[in-house]
Amino acid sequence: MNVAEQLSKTVVEIPPSGIRKFFDIVNEMDGAVSLGVGEPDFVTPWHIREEGIYSLKQGQTYYTSNWGLLELREEICAYMQRRNGLTYHPENEVLVTVGGSEGIDLAIRALVNPGDEVLIPEPCFVCYAPCTKLAGGVPVPIVTKAEDKFKLTPEALEKKITSKTKLLILPYPNNPTGAIMTKEELEKIAAVLRKTNIMVLSDEIYGELTYAQEHTSIATLEGMQERTVIINGFSKTYAMTGWRLGYAVGHKDLLRQMTKIHQYAIMSSPTTSQYAAIAALRNGDEDIERMREEYNYRRRVMVDGFRKMGLDCFEPEGAFYVFPSIQSTGMDSETFCESLLKAQKVAVIPGTAFGESGEGFIRASYCYSLKSINEALERIAAYVEGLKA
Amino acid sequence: MEEKVLHILENNCRISFEQMAVMLDTDVETVRHTVEKLEKEGIIVGYKSLINWERTTAEKVKAIIELKVTPQRGKGFDAVAEKIYKYPQVTSVYLMSGGFDLGVIVEGKTMKEVALFVAEVLAPIEEVISTATHFVLKTFKDHAIEFMREEKDTRQVISL
Repeated sequence: MNVAEQLSKTVVEIPPSGIRKFFDIVNEMDGAVSLGVGEPDFVTPWHIREEGIYSLKQGQTYYTSNWGLLELREEICAYMQRRNGLTYHPENEVLVTVGGSEGIDLAIRALVNPGDEVLIPEPCFVCYAPCTKLAGGVPVPIVTKAEDKFKLTPEALEKKITSKTKLLILPYPNNPTGAIMTKEELEKIAAVLRKTNIMVLSDEIYGELTYAQEHTSIATLEGMQERTVIINGFSKTYAMTGWRLGYAVGHKDLLRQMTKIHQYAIMSSPTTSQYAAIAALRNGDEDIERMREEYNYRRRVMVDGFRKMGLDCFEPEGAFYVFPSIQSTGMDSETFCESLLKAQKVAVIPGTAFGESGEGFIRASYCYSLKSINEALERIAAYVEGLKA
Repeated sequence: MEEKVLHILENNCRISFEQMAVMLDTDVETVRHTVEKLEKEGIIVGYKSLINWERTTAEKVKAIIELKVTPQRGKGFDAVAEKIYKYPQVTSVYLMSGGFDLGVIVEGKTMKEVALFVAEVLAPIEEVISTATHFVLKTFKDHAIEFMREEKDTRQVISL
């Protein structure tokens, strides 16, 4: 029997993520330095880990409610209130998910009917288009440009809206570009959306990691809360990637359907992680502050480093990536990354891994110690210098 | 600005002014000026390395000594503290709240050397009422740095 012939066509047609390939090479390479990883280098703050351990010692080893621990949902609502001034009800407007990623998948699946179009500003995180396809929807990329600081503009949005448009993904602060959307810019997007029935999936997983100004959620704008599902989580904010915990908040009619899928596919999110997350929300503000400051230092070092090499680098205001242009080298992103890796043993990710519009750019993460960042920047500079000769 | 400079230097005093200027989004001259000012004002009092001597073959012992002392009229504990901290064997002296008055850290080559220094030098000081010597057997963490920790990136390959 040929198993390959038995597979779902939809799944087989989805290309694998373009990010992995490089790491597999780096892993086998001696003395390689990487600016590739998109997860915090910090370990989860001890008081949060301790709370998880304590819950295990107490024997909290059971499933939780499908929605997640009520105590945690209450903390999430309290956070939404103090951070955004948004009111959500813990009983039916909050779902605790396995990372932000599950929330994205659930929201898309709960909203999209076959043939529905999902607008996706690119470059962006790799999961939106595959999740849309799995739900039978049609991903419609909206190209964002360096000259617009990779922001979504109302003009670009309007051009892509059709009678089939169901959902807009709003991935800000953005991976891989580091772009953010200010309140004024979001107002213009909201003005376009209010004339339609388009829903919004606002992926705010990097919402606490902005450096020039505080993040604004589109849900805070007039009339936008009911059509917006906010996806957030603990991975980036509290350096809790391995705990696999996120959440979605939004209208109860949507959340009920999302929870139904969650209930059949996942049952409930990891219990230990949920207890730890309560501690994170209650006592983690100082941890966020400390990590944000450190990221900010590294961000400036990265931008400065790339600019000194003569590469255009727009100033990222959120997340933990810089997205310099390598167009001046005349190479395409993938060639640049491959030959940089061979020549200087430094791994960065080609912009094309985040959509075709990432061509001409590379993503470098600053989830690394200053020492590693300096080392990597020196090597990249040597490589770029070598190209000129 | 000054506080940020202090935090950065407290964490890593070998960082260059150039790097600090980039991190703080300012120019090198401003950083240099700030650091010099902080040094002059005695806010930055020194730059030292943190060494885990336990990993070397060097003979080195450290003891924390609790001292009960009689404060002096008009000078409080300052005069007796000075008598003690002037000895090069003494690496730290703190005025304490609680069960004793001065916390003193003494370093030497051997336990005997340290014990004798306490018995023959510190104990006989007029104002010293009593001493209790506690030897340090192992350092787990010092100056916010974990001594046993290995710098290793254990993050695995993942697509994001």
